[in-house]
Amino acid sequence: MDTKNIVLNVNGIEVIYNHVILVLKGVSLQVPEQGIVAILGGKGAGKTTTLRAVVGLLGRRSGRIEVAGQPTEGMPPEAIAHLGVAWCPEERGIFASLSTEENLLLPPVLKPGGLSLEEIYTLFPNLAQRRKSQGTKLSGGEQQMLAIARILRTGAKLLLLDECTEGLAPIIVHKIGEVIRTLRERGFTVLMVEQNFRFASALADRFYVIEEGAVVEQFRREDIAGRREEIEKLLGL
Amino acid sequence: MDTFFGVPAPALIGQVVIGLINGAFYSLMSLGLAIIFGMLHVVNFAHGAQYMMGGFVAWGLLEYFGLSYWWALLIVPMVMGLVGMLMERLLLRHLYNVDHVYALLLTLGVSLLLEGAFRLKFGISGQPYPNPMSGGLDVAISFIPWYRLWVIAVALGVCLGTWYFIERTKLGSYLRAANENPNLVRTFGINVPRMLMLTYAFGVALAGFSGVMAAPIYQVSPHMGANLIIVVFAVVVIGGMGSILGSILTGFGLGLLEGLTKLFAPDYAGIVIFIVMILTLAFRPNGLFGRAE
Amino acid sequence: MSSNMSSTPFTALPAAPQPPASLRWWLLAGIALACAAPWVVYPMFLIKLMCLALLAASVNFLIGYAGLLSFGHAMFYGSAAYVTGFVAKDWGQDGVLAILAGVGVAAGFGLLTGLLAIRRQGIYFSMITLAFAQMVYFLALRMPFTGGEDGLQAVPRPRLFGLYETESTLAFYYACLLAVGFGFWLIWRTVHSPFGQVLRAIRDNEPRAKSLGYKVNRYKLLAFVLSAALAGLAGSMKVLAFQLATLTDVSWTTSGEALLVSIVGGLNTMLGPVVGSIIMGSMEHYLAGFAEWVLIIQGAVFVLVVMLFRKGVVGQMQHLLPWATRAGKTGKEAT
Repeated sequence: MDTKNIVLNVNGIEVIYNHVILVLKGVSLQVPEQGIVAILGGKGAGKTTTLRAVVGLLGRRSGRIEVAGQPTEGMPPEAIAHLGVAWCPEERGIFASLSTEENLLLPPVLKPGGLSLEEIYTLFPNLAQRRKSQGTKLSGGEQQMLAIARILRTGAKLLLLDECTEGLAPIIVHKIGEVIRTLRERGFTVLMVEQNFRFASALADRFYVIEEGAVVEQFRREDIAGRREEIEKLLGL
Repeated sequence: MDTFFGVPAPALIGQVVIGLINGAFYSLMSLGLAIIFGMLHVVNFAHGAQYMMGGFVAWGLLEYFGLSYWWALLIVPMVMGLVGMLMERLLLRHLYNVDHVYALLLTLGVSLLLEGAFRLKFGISGQPYPNPMSGGLDVAISFIPWYRLWVIAVALGVCLGTWYFIERTKLGSYLRAANENPNLVRTFGINVPRMLMLTYAFGVALAGFSGVMAAPIYQVSPHMGANLIIVVFAVVVIGGMGSILGSILTGFGLGLLEGLTKLFAPDYAGIVIFIVMILTLAFRPNGLFGRAE
Repeated sequence: MSSNMSSTPFTALPAAPQPPASLRWWLLAGIALACAAPWVVYPMFLIKLMCLALLAASVNFLIGYAGLLSFGHAMFYGSAAYVTGFVAKDWGQDGVLAILAGVGVAAGFGLLTGLLAIRRQGIYFSMITLAFAQMVYFLALRMPFTGGEDGLQAVPRPRLFGLYETESTLAFYYACLLAVGFGFWLIWRTVHSPFGQVLRAIRDNEPRAKSLGYKVNRYKLLAFVLSAALAGLAGSMKVLAFQLATLTDVSWTTSGEALLVSIVGGLNTMLGPVVGSIIMGSMEHYLAGFAEWVLIIQGAVFVLVVMLFRKGVVGQMQHLLPWATRAGKTGKEAT
């Protein structure tokens, strides 16, 4: 595979927590440009830790991570952000003291190519309606959309989404799926951690299953039809 | 002569001014402490010593370089800001991932070091510092020195300016967001570690600035900080660590209260602030403006 | 017990560290040494060290066991000193009564402060103790019986239990040794009691302890009052020894000194306060005429210990020789 089309290359990440617990035992994955890749697996398997490793929030790790060919060894999160990586964490992190619009405008524009405020409001019309509301007064679905929308302005092209459909109503999940598809068409690349396999399987091209800190299986969308039972069993569905 | 509540008007006005002056320093100092604590979660015990050092740098600028008060107002905050940056970068930064106690003990150690060093050089008596603004305002029945009015005005200005910066500007919103969720803000590309360093530097600069302002009024002595900082801690406890406006209001308010107490119940002037503290804690454990942790 | 994470889950109450059998011999050796010491080293100096050690131990216990950092222990130490001195001098009472009065007042201040301060966590708690201590300082400054800036002077050496004369330094030394030893023993017993277990649980994971039904604040308050009483005991012995109580005893420099001794010796070790007080006490003694240098060295030691030697002397030794002093650990280890 042509390296310059691989936006994210993660190779053999090992993370030790508190000197004792091996959280990630050699995780490897690749995300191609404008691809949508899903990380599946049970709770506590190490999926979020993998994203945190990419974003630079883990203290110590061994292994290699390259963003657009650039190794991120020893880089602080703020430097990695400048490489075009944006993170939407599981807890969303909407700032309580800021309004919707202020939340949206908070992340600085680091590179050209991000969406403008107007484009974001077109993509998320209900956020436009609530632009003056205080961040925490939004519903769960609106907060999730805000969390995703927020990182679209920065110019980052690689989006890391952690459990972006958790606890949301089906209609909102559907909407988020549409947004992600639109984003891909606009040139964004998405790496998502997802427990909702139905949601992920409709969107992602490639899947990695992480269990107890290691990648135990990987497959592509085309393979699902032929291996449905095996995959469902693996995921405990 | 007019009297109010049995107190002659000039005395009343005099005490009000003194109260507001003290309040000005309480506000400036508790503002600095609140900002440092808010962003770094460090109780900057060295604040009093940094205030003292600011006063001495001002004195030194005059004594050795002939630079007047107005130069000092400009130079001292920069010098102290640099001191703050060094302290954060070399010392405090390494203590963020251990118990907050250690950072506190570190700043306590720095305050002892500074006080000891200055006492070694200057002894315990104070160095005089000339009043840069002679004369004053004749308010029919009383006389208010210009310098005192200046101090009150500047303190108010600095406090409100800081409030505005933090609450209403973009950079301020970065600070507030970083306070809530530093990791996330870093992933937005914002250099949070540098912000922390600059925040501490700002707090220290504020302390040093207060020291310069204090020099013409209180003389410059090695223990000027230690005397002040303890009362400031009580002010901070009363105000609660939550809001900047809270620090300002509490600082000025308590200064005024202290000044008035001196008039009407002089024996209690020294502890009135602590009495208020106990009452506040009994009825509002988070302080008057604090937010529950 | 090698981590100090505050959210460590526990399924049972954490066990106290078990002393090795050889502990008894070490203890005996220590007691023998303490009894023989005044024949070799100036007894008043030793008494000073003992009082400092007990004060530091009371602070150490509070940090390690209840996770509460008090900046105001001077208020307990100093107020007990003034009260004990006053009762012995102006009321001419028996030494034991004077001591009990001092300790009682200290415990009372502990109760008052604790009631208002315990509600807050962490650093807020510490600042509140500091502010209260400052209030006590102001009180001591103004109240007539303290003698203000001059202090309470010419405090006699009273009889203890109406029988034991303490006029001679040596006699007082042994009385002090007994009192301080009692204080340390009390800490030890508390640490190894069910109460101590609960405190440890609270310190390790307060929300969990609460959910298990423990009245967390009550435990913390009790620990605080106990700590205050012990600091008061130290103050009482100090005033009877040196026959003088001054404003320094209630000033925050004394509180700071207690903290410094604790941290130099090693937080959460039983021997830490002893070792720390020997080191810092000796330093202060030799530099007695150079108050500024004392400040500078204290400050420098603080900075060095906090940046580089957080475990303190005893803690560091335990780290290197775990088999020798495992019994010394009382709680949360410094990282």
